Amino acid sequence: MSALQKMMGWIDDRFPLTATYKAHLSEYYAPKNFNFWYFFGSLALLVLVLQIVTGIFLTMNYKPDAELAFASVEYIMRDVDWGWLIRYMHSTGASMFFVVVYLHMFRGLMYGSYRKPRELIWIFGVLIYLALMAEAFLGYLLPWGQMSYWGAQVIVNLFAAVPFIGEDLSIWIRGDFVIGDATLNRFFAFHVIALPLVLIALVAVHLVALHEVGSNNPDGIEIKKHKDPETHIPLDGIPFHPYYTVKDIVGVIVFLMVFSAIVFFAPEMGGYFLEANNFVPADPLKTPQHIAPLWYFTPFYAILRAVPPLFGSQFPGVVAMGMSIVVMFFLPWLDRGKVKSIRYRGPIYKIMLALFIVSFVGLGYLGLLPSTPVATLVAQVFSVIYFLFFLLMPWYTSIDKTKPEPERVTG
Amino acid sequence: MKRLKTILFLLAAAPALAFAAGATIHLDKAPVNLADQESLQRGARTFVNYCLNCHSAASMRYSRMQDLGLTEEQIKDNLLFAAEKPGEPMKVGMSKSDGKAWFGATPPDLSVISRSRGADWLYTYLRSFYRDDSRATGWNNTVFDKVGMPHVMWSLQGEMVPVFKKDGEHEVIDRLELAKPGSMTLAEYDATVGDLVNFLVWMGEPAQLQRKQLGIIVLVFLSIFFVVAYYLKKEFWKDIH
Repeated sequence: MSALQKMMGWIDDRFPLTATYKAHLSEYYAPKNFNFWYFFGSLALLVLVLQIVTGIFLTMNYKPDAELAFASVEYIMRDVDWGWLIRYMHSTGASMFFVVVYLHMFRGLMYGSYRKPRELIWIFGVLIYLALMAEAFLGYLLPWGQMSYWGAQVIVNLFAAVPFIGEDLSIWIRGDFVIGDATLNRFFAFHVIALPLVLIALVAVHLVALHEVGSNNPDGIEIKKHKDPETHIPLDGIPFHPYYTVKDIVGVIVFLMVFSAIVFFAPEMGGYFLEANNFVPADPLKTPQHIAPLWYFTPFYAILRAVPPLFGSQFPGVVAMGMSIVVMFFLPWLDRGKVKSIRYRGPIYKIMLALFIVSFVGLGYLGLLPSTPVATLVAQVFSVIYFLFFLLMPWYTSIDKTKPEPERVTG
Repeated sequence: MKRLKTILFLLAAAPALAFAAGATIHLDKAPVNLADQESLQRGARTFVNYCLNCHSAASMRYSRMQDLGLTEEQIKDNLLFAAEKPGEPMKVGMSKSDGKAWFGATPPDLSVISRSRGADWLYTYLRSFYRDDSRATGWNNTVFDKVGMPHVMWSLQGEMVPVFKKDGEHEVIDRLELAKPGSMTLAEYDATVGDLVNFLVWMGEPAQLQRKQLGIIVLVFLSIFFVVAYYLKKEFWKDIH
């Protein structure tokens, strides 16, 4: 036995290092037919790591103080060595996190990755998405620009729409009657400690659940149905390492090229990643003419605005916005289709999914614009389609004419 | 003269209707060229002479202007009016409350003004002051109506007066006309403002030139890495069918 083997043996007697490595990498059998859409899970993990590492370095020079915060960000941009790069990676990373996660979720919708036995993976995923939204919202206050300030003001005021306790609730969240230093400090604490811990824990259980049942694939069939009689390895499975590690490296490089193109040549991304108005320090006395949340929240913001107030209260809109996310949790049980993958679904599901994507993107676009009567009407139509996609799903998936699934995965 | 005509034409083209209605204002394209160090140096000179009396640029250190090809000595001798050492930030003596009392609003810090307003807005704004005796300062601006800031560079540009036209029932400003010439021709003044805006754009993010240079290196590296990774993947996957 070599020294290395001896050392591994010593560790394995005390910690399941080899067993863990095998279970999650070298002997985790993933379907061999992953396509383009399967890059985004590992990319989301990459962005999470990037955000944590760049975030740690930003924290070293950022000052969570209403008097100092704005200037400390500019200090990072000018006087800290490579500060501009770290800051742009973090700000670009925030938006790219949502790009990657939205594509990852769309993959799940297309191939039925949320269906039995992967319901918990989906639920953990929706929880990750929720935590990510909270993390992004909290982080956006920290640069303490006008958009940071008024964006937070608008969102926290949503809680004030809750009947009876709303006013107290919003004061409790802010720690003040307006967004102020107390709010900035607590948002900072949540942004750098609380939410990252929640995110990491959720990502861990998301992956453990995934590796327990195995990955879905573009055909939406279970590779574990056909195993080699002797080795018990799925016939259509290949070890994650080295096959998918080398493949994901290619995806990572392509992603980093897009990411770098933004960081180095268009960090503001035309105002979508860094808004012009956020280069004006927060001013509680000056409300900007047009307050729009960052692009990744705008679909939900559009739903909020699409719902008319009831007795002068915005509460119905807030409820609708909340429901638009809550409804995602029920997806595994709403889908009654005989097949999982879009490849074998009938035309109705395909049309509904297309309508859903158009509505979601359309709502995202409308959420960026100031509201006008026409825009509100269109947003109302899109919101209805958004909800019908979920609520009518038990009906249209069960009557849809599906094609037979293959026994084994197709390329 | 030809240049003057184009400028007057551009000013005339600014849709008077739009700013009367508070809608979008036509903005002239700012001649931003960060590779032009001399323009940036001229802009820096204009900035410390005309802006840095009321406006601070507190995130910016004088010494950073070494990036514009200036030596520390040159900065000390020519640009350091309001500070002792080149390592100090560009602050001003005027307090915020004084600024508010004197101008109606505290003159904003200009460190990142080009990032919030945009170069074209600044370029148009600084060329759109006109005489208006109804204002306390005696100046108004077609881009920023009732602005608190007086026309600081009036001695350079001269005095512009509005030419009105009828728009339905209202009299609106059609264009601005030179009433009393300054020390510069209008074309020279435009060039001076162009240099100043160029400097403001650089000051908004002094690392931006370095950023783009590094970006090219990073993308070249990733392209090479991509080829290696692509063939590595191909090699590993050749027996998967």
